[in-house]
Amino acid sequence: MIETIRSLGRWGLGTFERLGRGHLFLFRTLAGVPEIFLRLSLLVHQLFSVGVLSVFLILISGLFVGMVLGLQGYNTLVDFGAEESLGVLVSLSLVRELGPVVSALLFAGRAGSALTAEIGLMKSTEQLSGMEMMAVDPIHRVIAPRFLAGLISMPLLAALFSAVGIFGGFLVGHGLLGVDDGAFWSQMQVKTDWYDDVLNGVIKSIVFGFVVTWIALFEGYDATPTSEGVGRATTRTVVHSAFAILGLDFVLTALMFGEG
Amino acid sequence: MMQNKSTEITVGMFVAAGIVALFMLAMKVSNFSEFNDDSGYQVTAEFENIGGLKVRSPVTMAGVRVGRVSDISLSSDTYNAVVTLSLYNNFDVIPTDTAASIYTAGLLGEQYIGLEAGAEEEFLQNGDVIDLTQPALVLEQVIGQFLFSKAEGDE
Repeated sequence: MIETIRSLGRWGLGTFERLGRGHLFLFRTLAGVPEIFLRLSLLVHQLFSVGVLSVFLILISGLFVGMVLGLQGYNTLVDFGAEESLGVLVSLSLVRELGPVVSALLFAGRAGSALTAEIGLMKSTEQLSGMEMMAVDPIHRVIAPRFLAGLISMPLLAALFSAVGIFGGFLVGHGLLGVDDGAFWSQMQVKTDWYDDVLNGVIKSIVFGFVVTWIALFEGYDATPTSEGVGRATTRTVVHSAFAILGLDFVLTALMFGEG
Repeated sequence: MMQNKSTEITVGMFVAAGIVALFMLAMKVSNFSEFNDDSGYQVTAEFENIGGLKVRSPVTMAGVRVGRVSDISLSSDTYNAVVTLSLYNNFDVIPTDTAASIYTAGLLGEQYIGLEAGAEEEFLQNGDVIDLTQPALVLEQVIGQFLFSKAEGDE
């Protein structure tokens, strides 16, 4: 009985300790961000591996998500004789929700896990301690550029996802199902608001980028320096990122669109 | 060096593509382009009831969009709704005795303001008031009136 309570306490303490370490890690990373502008080549390199390498996945997924939205939306709307509203349906659902959320989930799977594995492996092969020996702060040199790259890439990827998705919805709606293209675009423009819909979606994707990159980098930095530990840290990155994205999405949606 | 250069080029292309996508969302998908011609002139109109009219609802004349609703407030004297219309500058020959009515687009669509031109020689200017207004049609009231007149007719 006592043993159970004790293990519960140990678990609670461990969780809070990790949370605390995560926040300290975040503050140190943020403190390292201004220094990146002195060495932009580090940032460019990370933008390549975090952002550019995710583009293909994002484009393909966005296209198919948009096409499916077009098909499903048409089947529902045609019952009400409102198939001209297909553009509104596709654009609002992509710009407000699916664009930021799905691209963040894909980003966590594609770039987040790679970041965790990379940092974790650096730690287990003692490259990070090696840097410290040479009086190079690994947080400034390794972590901060990756963090900033994730923060910049995420909104761009989400915008690409939404744009390609709307194009996919248009392809299906106009090309396959014969929705009038003028009505498709004009209704979309009337109903989609720049501030309320598009900018709020961008804000969402920035928040997701921040959280996913933070989780991925911290899990890598905090990983047990064994091959098993790195593997577990990578899994945790994907799982925790997914929780964080979906939970935060609810909070952000309630804040942005809750008051109708 | 070669490797570094191609990295920079692809990153540049990625950032540019992201910005183009955002630009497309702004221009092609949303109503962002409307915010630029904000230089229109303001006209107010008082309505008994505006129903479901909202800020940024369209203002049309003969079905052509000539402006949008920029503000809605309540008059403390008459308890009527005061609606400020922002009309585009290129429609500057609207007579002063123009009538404004609130209509519904389709059976269940959103509400908008329709203007019917009058015969006056003078034109509406910034700050003018439209006197001839017709309130929104509230379906419950119409049904209520209909039932009432029906009951009266039976007697």
